[in-house]
Formats: sequence, C-alpha cells, structure tokens
Amino acid sequence: MKQLTMPIGDDAIRDLKVGDPVLLSGVMITARDAAHKWMIETFVKKTREARGDDLDVYEAIQPLLNGGAIYHCGPVVAGLDSKQYKFVAAGPTTSIREEPYQGDVMRHFKVKAVIGKGGMGAKTLAACGEVPGVYLHAIGGAASLIAQTVSKVVGVYKYDFGVPEAMWVIEVKDFPAVVTMDSHGGSLHAEIEARSKRELDRLLAAML
Amino acid sequence: MRDLTEQLIELVRRTSTDLSPDVQQTLEQARAQEDAGSAAQSALGTILENVELSRRNSTPICQDTGTPIFYVQHPAGWSTRKLREQIRAAIVEATQKSYLRPNAVDAITDKNSGNNLGDNAFPTIHFEEIEGDELIVDVMLKGGGCENVGAQYSLPNSQLGAGRDLAGVRKVVLDAVQKAQGQGCAPGILGVAIGGDRGSSFYASKEVLFRKMDEKSPDPQLAALEDRLTAEANQLGIGPMGFGGKTTVLATKMTGLHRLPASFFVSVSYMCWAHRRRRMIVRGEEVIYE
Repeated sequence: MKQLTMPIGDDAIRDLKVGDPVLLSGVMITARDAAHKWMIETFVKKTREARGDDLDVYEAIQPLLNGGAIYHCGPVVAGLDSKQYKFVAAGPTTSIREEPYQGDVMRHFKVKAVIGKGGMGAKTLAACGEVPGVYLHAIGGAASLIAQTVSKVVGVYKYDFGVPEAMWVIEVKDFPAVVTMDSHGGSLHAEIEARSKRELDRLLAAML
Repeated sequence: MRDLTEQLIELVRRTSTDLSPDVQQTLEQARAQEDAGSAAQSALGTILENVELSRRNSTPICQDTGTPIFYVQHPAGWSTRKLREQIRAAIVEATQKSYLRPNAVDAITDKNSGNNLGDNAFPTIHFEEIEGDELIVDVMLKGGGCENVGAQYSLPNSQLGAGRDLAGVRKVVLDAVQKAQGQGCAPGILGVAIGGDRGSSFYASKEVLFRKMDEKSPDPQLAALEDRLTAEANQLGIGPMGFGGKTTVLATKMTGLHRLPASFFVSVSYMCWAHRRRRMIVRGEEVIYE
C-alpha cells in the first residue's frame, strides 16, 4: 500500500503503476459536472466572462489544485443549516462525464491526481503523461466507508451549484483508491474495454 | 385517512441505508467466487464492509440516493392526493435527516431545489388501486451513474446482427453490458423489457427490478434467457467496478409487453450493486417493513 500526501510531487506520481493500491492524505477538492464546465469556460477557454465570486474562488483553489487532487464526488452533507459541515456519505461519481474537460483542467491547474469511478478516456490519459498525473479509482457506492476518511470539511466554494455540485474542500486521512490510469500510458480501463469487446464479438458470432 | 408520513420516512431510511437480504446474499456469493487476493474480490469486500457500516450508522450506502421511485398499491377509498402529499413530505424530512441527498435539479435553470422536490415526476409516484384492504408501498432509489448506462434498442439492429426475436434480444442486451463497462457500478442487475412503446418499455424495465434476486420470469423461455444472459455477461470479464473478474452481472430480470407491429423495442435498465428497493405493507394498524 503506497501513501500519497497532497501536494504530490512528480517523482511520487511517476512511481505509481496501474494496479497499485494507495492511501491518500491531505487536502482535496470535490469537483464534478458543473465545476468542470465552469473552470473550462471561465478560466481555460475563457468563453464566458468571470462574474460574481468567480475570480476570488479561482485565487483560492489555485494553490490547492497545484499538485493536488480533484475528487469526482457529490456528497451527502450534514449540518447545512448550522454550517458545521460533516460528510455523511461520499463515494465517487462516474468520471467519464468529465472527459471533455479533465485533461485541460489538469494542465491548467497542475492537478496530479483525479479520483473517481469507472475510469476515463484517451484525452485524460494523455494529460496524465504530460502533467504528470494519475487517475485513482475509488470504490463506487462505498459512500459511508469513504466518508469516514474525511476528517474535516475545510470549506465550500460555489455552494450555489447545489450540494452535490459544489466544490467542497476536505481534509482526508488514508482515503483508499487504486491506480487504474498511470503517467506511463497504462490504463486498466482501456485494457478491460478491449478484452470485453473481443469476448462480445465472439459471443455475438455464436448461434443461439 | 391515516397519516403515514413517519412510516414513509422510516421506509426511505431503510432503503437508503440498508440492502435487502437477498441482494446482500448475492454480493456475498460473488465475493466468495472471485479469485482470492484479486482486485475484484477486494472491491466486493469493500462493498460489503460499507453496507455493514451504513446499516450500523444509518447513513446512505451510496451518496447518490437517486430518483426516489414509488409504486403505491392501495385499496379503494384511499386518497392518492393525500398519499402524494405524505410521500413528498417524507422525502423532504428524509433529506433533512441526511438519509437522502438533495437531488432535484431544474434542467432549464440548473438550480437544485435543495429539498429533493421537483415537478410531479420528482419523486416519481405510481398509484394503482387493488383488491383487498392492504396498502403496499414499494420504493426504489436508483442512482444516476447506473441510470446513465441504461439503453434502448430498436430491432432489427443491423450493426449487431440482431433480428426481431429472442436471439436478437440476447445480442443487444450483451452489447449494453459491454458498453456500460464498470460505469454503472458493476456488478449490476439487469432489468430488461421487450416490446411496448419507448415509454412503457423503459417503465417496465425498471418495474421488473422489484423482483427478488432468485425470482425467475414466469415465462420459461424468458427464465432460460435470464440465466443465459447473466452467465454470458459474466464471460465478458468486466468484473466489479470494471476491474476485471468473474462477476459483471448479479442477475437478469426480463419481461415482455405487447408492441405495435412496426416497433420492437428492447429496453435495458441497469441497476448498480447498491440495489436499494424496499416494501412497506400497511394492514389496519400494523405496518410491516419487508
């Protein structure tokens, strides 16, 4: 079991290979569909003008994302009224929806680890090679278990995106995941996809 | 008419924070048959550990508590208007108690309503009047990850060489499983409806997921195809979470509908391993949670 602490250095990333189990500790930020679209349109492609608190949030998240980790997660959070936030359930959401954005977000912010479920595609894999970075697979649906590794909710940005879509800054201790895409071009997902397609073709060719 | 709001909150709590015994048992069997020390076995171990923890702490098994889908069967004389109000009140309260995540997002404005109430389809509630004097409430929490990998095929499908018969149905269902990979939180449960129009077909493919894990289709042809599809889907080797392994699908549930001469739809609803569905029966003063 390899220990990773955010911010993560390049050597630690290059040391990781597909199949390695890891335990993450330190600060990470949740970001999913709305957050990725917002980051790309406002700061990377600049097709949308920054407004409201956009620039303040950008300033605040930049140092956290540099060498940091993005977690694809829309948590169940207790204490919304009192703002004494506590993560109750916090498993990963399906990552592939961020495929159009993820690589560019990684390059722009120097994000070293993307955590989610289901894996990502060729664009993200290319960014993993360049930045360098890794894709870490958490167990989908293991929400109560993962929430227990969240020791503290440090704060929240873009709360108006809604609880699931907001950017939650959290401190984790021994958050469990497995490397399924590495910085050397390895992808467990591409491998399983290809193998299952060959098996499907064989099954479809057979008579009922 | 009796106010069932409290009982409905309890039904939602049990559904979100605990799996039915039949689902849990199937997951345990799957763990036992995966290779010792494999990523697949480890994933299933984590899954079962999480279920145990969720049950103990009354916290959601999965943070995506989905679209709450209710099927209410009621005797004559019950007000469906009042039942709808009670279900909606129970959803708001269950969200307050963190049994549910606020999940209702206006598709036009992107605003999350914050209390899990949306239009008349959120939560989704189906009513049916039945004989007898029992009120039966079934609820299913189906998350978005697995909902997104559902698929509907219109046969014939020349790309897959699938004609308008059960052999064609088999091909498109296997294609849907291969396309889903681990995205829908494999190992999944397949709900398959053959026939209907696009709407009724998808509706039936979800309804069939209420069957028990070991319950087979009453149609022997479909029952045989259910077993075959589960076995063949597992040959694809996608495995838990898409890590590779022997368990890609835990069970297949199939049903047939009448169709128009021109149409032949096959609808596949993919349910994640966190197959959260529960039943409550109200019999006089007694309330039974199955």
